[in-house]
Formats: sequence, structure tokens, C-alpha cells
Amino acid sequence: MVATTEVIYQRPESFTDVHTHYCPGCTHGVAHRLVAEVVDEMGLREKTIGVAPVGCSVFAYRYFKMDFVEAAHGRAPAMATGIKRVLPENTVFTYQGDGDLASIGIAEIMHAAARGENITVIFINNAIYGMTGGQMAPTTLVGMKTTSSPLGRDVELAGYPIRMAEILSNLDGASYIVRRSLHDAANIRKSKKAIRLAFEAQERGLGFSMVELLSSCPTNWKISPQEALEFVAEKMVPVFPLGDYKVSSVLESLKV
Amino acid sequence: MAKELLKGNHAFAEAAIRAGVEAFYGYPITPSTEFLEHMARRLPELGRAFVQAESEVSAINMVYGAACTGKRVMTASSSPGVSLMMEGISYIAGTEVPAVVVNVMRGGPGLGNIAPSQGDYYQMVKGGGHGDYFPIVLAPASVQESVDYISLAFDLAEKYRSIVHVIVDGNMGQMMEPAELPPMKELPKKAPEWAVRGAKGREPNILTSIYIDPEDEEITNLRLLKRWKEVEKNEVIYDEYEIEDAEVLVIGFGTAGRVASSAIREAREEGIKAGLLRPITLAPFPQKRLIELAKQVKRILVVEMNSGMMLDDIMRIVQGKVPIEFYGRMGGVTPLPDEILDEIRRVAANNDPGADDPRDEWIIRMDKMLTGDK
Repeated sequence: MVATTEVIYQRPESFTDVHTHYCPGCTHGVAHRLVAEVVDEMGLREKTIGVAPVGCSVFAYRYFKMDFVEAAHGRAPAMATGIKRVLPENTVFTYQGDGDLASIGIAEIMHAAARGENITVIFINNAIYGMTGGQMAPTTLVGMKTTSSPLGRDVELAGYPIRMAEILSNLDGASYIVRRSLHDAANIRKSKKAIRLAFEAQERGLGFSMVELLSSCPTNWKISPQEALEFVAEKMVPVFPLGDYKVSSVLESLKV
Repeated sequence: MAKELLKGNHAFAEAAIRAGVEAFYGYPITPSTEFLEHMARRLPELGRAFVQAESEVSAINMVYGAACTGKRVMTASSSPGVSLMMEGISYIAGTEVPAVVVNVMRGGPGLGNIAPSQGDYYQMVKGGGHGDYFPIVLAPASVQESVDYISLAFDLAEKYRSIVHVIVDGNMGQMMEPAELPPMKELPKKAPEWAVRGAKGREPNILTSIYIDPEDEEITNLRLLKRWKEVEKNEVIYDEYEIEDAEVLVIGFGTAGRVASSAIREAREEGIKAGLLRPITLAPFPQKRLIELAKQVKRILVVEMNSGMMLDDIMRIVQGKVPIEFYGRMGGVTPLPDEILDEIRRVAANNDPGADDPRDEWIIRMDKMLTGDK
């Protein structure tokens, strides 16, 4: 009898064969995998240049098997602009967290979108600063306890969370701005489709595209991975509604 | 090609284009803005990249990105703008990618003013950004020299995978004088092997300034230092005037050096044996030559458009072997040839070596001049 093996699931070609440094229950790994699968499916690996941020995903370039640069905190969209303008045929994406994109780098992301830079941004929103150990982020929920809002985010002192997808969707240069979540299998599938459309936008030269992904941080939220996913679904989604905030008409008719 | 009457910033920008710059990212600031304006008009018509960034912070990070692709890239700014760029400059240095930054210096600190100054000497020559690195610094003194050295700036940046600063003061950016532009250079077709252009048929290239293990960072610091030693050995450039029999050595860079050469011409007519050393590379500094000249001359007069920043380097190199005096104008004031001539006369006649810090007596003279000795 001859045994046959059918491969139904394997490491994407765009991944390196190493373990990540991410904490158990963190959704960075899921987001990385979705990007790698999309890059594989579109056959973009050999022309893609990734821009890693400062934050927990500072070492993202260790996990993607493609050319990568490492930006200063918040400057990934500027760096990506510098690259894309001299290499317009290459695929350029940034991978950024909420502190990086919505706090220190808010000028860079706003203007990259306003200019309609033909780049793709993967925005991980987990409502906290992970790498520095759990400080308040611009997306931290009202009342949420962090090491720098120990009594809970007080709007009198620290204002309100920023909704980046909504803000960026108002800029004419943006072609595809959506928010998805990584808290369960159905939402992960929707997230992948969104990432696909964001890269399709870039390949079609439609201009700036961003997928905001609601993500979990059990370590700094100080709850279990399961509870963290429930927190995303029950607490984050109401504040950061999932949906399509801007979709270019070219993409609306695209079947992927 | 024939000489044309050219404005400094325009000539400098055009020379960069002809030297093969493929991208310019910048932000308007006086007195460097014409540089950006020239690039805004010329680069798109050549099919090259131009972006007016939202800030100098963003501009330098765009430069950083393009530098990682191995294409010739630059920015030009002016003192407060360059302060904002220091973050990116440090990252560029740490990632070991080539880039050229032009600083058309103005009076400071703070908002200061828009008049010509050399007050950024420390910031540009000593690093300015965080961490252990060594920028190469060129200081041309005329529109023609600015044109001539921009190509070298790119060559040095690429040869040593280094940041290269070209510093001029507002005079050079704004003045018009005859200069000859070089012919248009062909753009290179091949990418350097370290560049990120997509990992086609090769292992990925990763360009980063992070070395999370301190031992790895130390190896990098040592590599940068050893590379700098090579720069010091190979790339020193300076200009001299009436130096052979000089007894009073005047040292100045950029505009200050140029004004000093006029003063020296007049001093010579009066029989004073004055000569000029004008460093063109401020880093690496012409240290060896200065040590030689210190054995020859009786007095040194340092002339700067700042409070004596290069003076500190000269005192360190000369080590008290020759009396050193200082004349500086600050705040955006350019010295006149007559002022420097008076200083040369005074220094030539003065046998008293004076205070330990040449600035002390200069401060007293400045006080008298600026406040009428109240």
C-alpha cells in the first residue's frame, strides 16, 4: 500500500522558518501570517519591501522572507514614501502599532494618506503600548487601566481614544480604509480578504490603503488569551466599529 | 561649459541633479528654500522623485527610506530644520546607508534669524544625533566650490556608507556669482548588493539600526570607528593662501575663510606675513597640516561666524605650541574684511599670548564694540 500525503496547510513561502518572540495569545502572529499568505497568493514576495515599526513588531523583518527596513518610531509611512517614490514598481507596506501610527507617527500617516502614497499599511490596534510594558495608547479605551493610567483612562486628563480608520477615510488620497478584528476565525478570514484588497489597491496604483486590525494583548491587559479575545469582541468593537470606511469603486467590483 | 551667473541654492541643487541625485525630500525653510524650489521644478521633469514633506522629521525619514534602496538621495534645510532631522540622521548613520544633507546655516539658537551663521559647527561636525557615529562634513566657500563638492559628497557617502553633511551659511545659499556647472551624469543601472529592491533570486536584505545585543552594537560601533579612521586617512581637503612664509596663520572655513583671504591680501600689502588655512573638510579636520603649520607660524588667528567652535578643535590640536587668538561674529553677522584686517594687524603686533581661553579677551573687545563699553 502506498501512502500519499496531501499538504493542506503549511508555512507561507513569505515566512522565515523561525519562532516568533510574541507572547502567547498575542495576535501579531495571526496578522503576520495573513500578510504572508496574501503576498504569496499575489506572487509579490520578490518585489515586496516591508517597513517595520518601533513597538512589539520591531523585529517583524525576522519573520518575513522579503526585503525589509526598520523605521524610527512612527516614521514608517515616511520611510515607505521615500522607498516607493524611487521604486514605484515594487510593493511597499508598513506594519505599525497604535502608539507608532496614532501617536508619535500621526503626522506621517495623515500626510502619507493625504498624498495618496501608493503604499499599504497594516495597523495593529491593541489599545496599549506593548513593548514598553503596557502604557496608555492613543487608542486605549476610556476607563481602561494601564501602567500610565493606573486608575483607568480619565477623559478629563487624557481625552478619548482616536479612531484612525474613520479619520483617514476622510482624506481624498486614501483608496481603501477598513477596520477588521482578529478575535475569532470568521473575523480572521474577513481580515485576510481586507489585506488582500489593500495590496490589490496598491498593485492597481489606486493610492493609500490601510487595514486596521483590532488585536489582543493578554500580557499587558493582564488577562488570559481567551479573555483577551472576548475583550476585543465585547469592549473594543463597540468603540472601534468594524467596517469599510472607504473603498475605491475599482475594488468594490473586484472578486478575490 | 561656460560660466553662468547663478544663485547659490539653485546652482547647488542643479549640481546635485547633474551628480545623479534621484530623489529629494524636503521642507521649506529660509535661507535654503530655493534649493527645494529648484528640485520641485527639475526632478519631476527628469522623472525623478520629489516630495515636499509635512516636516523635516518626515523629510529625513523619506531620505532614509530612499537611501536604503541605494539610490542617490538628499535633502537641504537650514539650522532649525536640521535640528529636527537629527533623529533620522542618527538612524541613517546607524544603518550605514549613504545620504547627503545640506545645511544652509542661519543665526541661532532657537528660531534665531535668517541671516548667515556658522553656529551649527558643533551640531554638524560632532554628530548632532544620538549615539556613536561620525559624519563627514564638507564646508565649501563659494558657489563654484559648492557645485564642485556636491558630487564628491555623494561619492564619499557611497564609498563609506556614511552620512555626509555639506554646510554652507546663508551667504552662499543666497548670493549670485559666476559658476560653471558640470555635465549631466548618467544614472547607475546596478543596485549596490546591500540595497533593498525586492529579494528576487537572492536572500532578503534587512536594513536596520537595531542591535539589541550590546555586543553586536559594540561590534557595529567599532566598525564605524574603523571606517572613520579610513576617512581621516584618505579624505582630508583644505585650501591655503599665501602660506609659504606665513607668520600669522589665519584659520577660517566657509564665508569666514573667504572674507579672511581678502583681509590677508591687504595685510600682505602692508608687509604683514599673513596666510590662510581654510579647511574644506571640517570632518575629517586637516589636523596633520595644522600641526605642521603650528611649527612654522608665530601666531594663529581663528576667524568664525560663531562663538569659537572650530577654535576648540584648533586649540586641542595645537596644544599651546603657538599662541592662538580668536575673532568671531555671531547671531547672523558676517565679518567685513576690514574687521579681520584689524585683527591681523593686532595679532601680528601683539607679543602677549593673553589668557588661556582666546575667547576671554575677544569677549571684552566685543562688549566694547557692541555696547559701547557701558
